[in-house]
Amino acid sequence: MSLFQIVPDRSQVNKQEIILSIRDLSVEYQTRRGVLSAIDTLSLDLYKGEVLGLVGESGSGKSTLGKAIMRMIPQPGRITKGQLIFKNQDLMQYDEKQMRDVRGKQISMIFQDPMTSLNPVQRIDNHIIEAIRVHEPSVTKDEALSRSESLMERLGIGRRRLNEYPHQLSGGMRQRVMIGLALALKANIIIADEATTSLDVIVEAQFLDLLRELKDEFGLTILLVTHNIGIVAELADRVAVMYAGRLAEVSSVDELFHNPKHPYTQGLLRSVPNIAMDSQDLYRMDGTPPNLVMPPSGCRFHPRCPHVMDICHQKQPWLVRVDEIGEGDEQVGGYDKHLASCWLHQEYQGSTQARRY
Amino acid sequence: MELTFGTLCGGGLLIVGLFLLYAIMTGSRSLRNYVITRLLLVLPMIWILVTLVFVMMRVLPGDPISTRLKPGTDQATLDRLRERAGLDRPIYEQYWDYLNDIAHGDLGVSNNVEQDRPVTQIIGRRLPATIELVMPAITLMLIFGIAAGALSANKHKRTLDYSFRITSVVAYAVPIFWLGLMLQIVFARQLEFLPVAQRINPRFANDFTHRTNIYLIDTLLSGNGQAFGDVLKHLVLPTITLTIALIGVFIRLTRSNMIEVLQEDYVTASRARGVPERKVVYFHALRNSFIPIMTLIGLQVAVLLAGAVLTETTFSWDGLGKLLRDGIALRDYPVVQGTVVVFAITVGVMSTLTDILYAFIDPRIRF
Repeated sequence: MSLFQIVPDRSQVNKQEIILSIRDLSVEYQTRRGVLSAIDTLSLDLYKGEVLGLVGESGSGKSTLGKAIMRMIPQPGRITKGQLIFKNQDLMQYDEKQMRDVRGKQISMIFQDPMTSLNPVQRIDNHIIEAIRVHEPSVTKDEALSRSESLMERLGIGRRRLNEYPHQLSGGMRQRVMIGLALALKANIIIADEATTSLDVIVEAQFLDLLRELKDEFGLTILLVTHNIGIVAELADRVAVMYAGRLAEVSSVDELFHNPKHPYTQGLLRSVPNIAMDSQDLYRMDGTPPNLVMPPSGCRFHPRCPHVMDICHQKQPWLVRVDEIGEGDEQVGGYDKHLASCWLHQEYQGSTQARRY
Repeated sequence: MELTFGTLCGGGLLIVGLFLLYAIMTGSRSLRNYVITRLLLVLPMIWILVTLVFVMMRVLPGDPISTRLKPGTDQATLDRLRERAGLDRPIYEQYWDYLNDIAHGDLGVSNNVEQDRPVTQIIGRRLPATIELVMPAITLMLIFGIAAGALSANKHKRTLDYSFRITSVVAYAVPIFWLGLMLQIVFARQLEFLPVAQRINPRFANDFTHRTNIYLIDTLLSGNGQAFGDVLKHLVLPTITLTIALIGVFIRLTRSNMIEVLQEDYVTASRARGVPERKVVYFHALRNSFIPIMTLIGLQVAVLLAGAVLTETTFSWDGLGKLLRDGIALRDYPVVQGTVVVFAITVGVMSTLTDILYAFIDPRIRF
C-alpha cells in the first residue's frame, strides 16, 4: 500500500531533452572553522517539462543547489567546480551581465516566504513592470501592464489588486504574484525554493493545483525544492534525495515511494506521519546531519546508517543505476532510470554498467 | 512684495501647506485620514509641550522678580512687583494667562538680556541666525551621513567600514563645545584662515540691507560679494562643529539599515529576476532603508537644537541657542520660557512633518 497519493502526469515531459544539466558541481562556504562543503560533486539532469522534486533535510544543500543554479550563492560561499549546462551553454562561463539575462528570463526562482519576497513599499504593478522592463527595456510601462493583466487575472489577481501594496494581499495571493512575476517573463525553468512552506495547508493545496495547471499551460520545467515529501508525491514526476551535499537517490516518484534503495530514503519515508498508520510511533533516524566542515569519510550517511559496512567508512559510493538492466539496455542514464549511491548495491557499484552520474 | 524674514517663513509654510493639501487631495483615503489625524494631533501636542514648560519654570528654584532686583530690596517692593507680574494669583489663573498669551503670540517681556523688549521680538531677530546655522548643518549631515553610511554598508566589514564606524562613534561621543574650541584653536588661531567667532566681520555689518537677517541671503541680494564671502567664512567652523555632532548616529543608522535591507528577501528576489545591482539598490533598498532614517531626522531636530545652544555659545553666534543660554545665565525667565516654547513647538511640528513624510515612503504606516 502506498503511503501517498501519487498523481503521475508525465504527458508533458520530454524524456529525451535535457534542459539543464548540472555536472560535478561543488559549492563551498568559507567559514571561521574551515571550509564547509555544502555541495560535493553533484550531477543532476533536469528534463524539459518535468517536475523534479528535490528533497532533503535542513542543511542538506537543497536550497544551496537552487541558488547555485542561478549563480546566486551569497558570500562567503562560492561554486568551486562544475558545470551548469543550460541550452548547450555552460552558465559557469557567463559573466555577471549574461547571468542577469538568464535570471528571471530563462530561470526563475520562487522563494520560501511570500511575505518578505515582495518589496513592501512598491506596488504590485511596479514589481511586474520592473521585472518585464529589466529584460525588455523597449516595453513601455503601459504595455508591460496590459501584457501581464490577463496573466495575473489567470492567477486570480484582479486588476484592482495590482494597484495595491504587498501588505494588502494575503500570503497565498503574494505567492501567486511571485509566480506571476516568473511567468510574465516566460521563464523556462522555475526553481520553487520551499515555495509552500509558509502557506497554510489549504492555501498550499490550492497553490499546488495552480502550479500543476500552469506547468502544462506554459510548458514549465519545475525544480521543486522542499522538505515536504508529501508535496513531492503530489506534484513531482521524479525525485532527487539529497543528503549532506550529495545525492542519495534519484528516481521516478513511483519507484522511489514503492522501492526506495538508499537507507536514507527508506528512513525518510518511514518517518513521515501517515493517517492510515496503526502505530503512533514514527520511525526515528538516529544521529544528526553531519558537520559539513568535517564531513564523515566515505559515504556521508554511514554514521547514521543501519546497514553500515566497512567499505562505507572508506570509499564514497557513486550514484549508479540500481534498477533492472534489461538485455541490450545500452543507455546507462536517462529519465526513467533509478539511481542511488549506496554500497548495499555493490553489484551495481562494481558492474560494468556502473557509471558515475 | 518685499522680502523679509517674515515673508520667507510665510513662503516656507505655504510650500509645506501646499504639500499637505496635495497629500490630502490626491492621496488614498487611508493616507488622507493619516495626514489629517496627524495634523489635528499637532495642537494637543503643542499644548502638552507648552504646559510642560510652564510646570518646569514654576518648579525650578528661584523667582523671576527677585533675580531682577538688587540684593537687599525690601519685602514690600518685592510683593508689589510680584503682584504687578501676577505672580501672587492662583496657579491655574497664571496658567490660563500663560496659555492665553502664547495663543496671542505674546511671550512676555525680557528682564535682563535685552531689557523690556518683548520676547517675541527678540526671538524674531535671533531666529534667522539659528536657521542660517542649522540649515547647512542638516544638509551636510544628510549628504555626508547617507553617503558614508551607504558606503560603509557597501564595504561591510572592510577597512573603510571600520574606519567609518570608529569615526562615527568618536563624532557622537565628542563634546560639542570642546570640538568647537579645538577647531577655533587650530583653524582660527594657529592657521589663521578662518574667523574665530561671530556671524560677520563688523566691518561689513552695515554694508548691506538686513532684509531677512539670514546674512547669506541678505549679502547675496545686495550683491555684496565680499560680505558674502565673509559670512561664508564665519559659517564654516560652527557648521562643521554642529554637523559632526549630528552625523555620528546618522552614519551608523544608515549603515546598519542598508546592510539589513540588502539582506532582505525581496532584494534577493529582485536579483533573482535579473535586476541589475544599481537598480536593486535604488529601487528596492534605498527607499526601504529610508524609513527608519526618516524617523531619526525627526528626532535629530531636538539634538540639533540642543547642539545649537552649545555651538552658538562657543562661537558667539547670536541665535536662539545663545539667547537661551544667556537667558539662563542672567535668570531672564520670560526669555528662557519663550525660547523653550519655540524649541518645543519646532520639535513637535518637525516630528509631525517627518511622520507624514514617513507615511509617503512606507504605505504600511496608516491609522
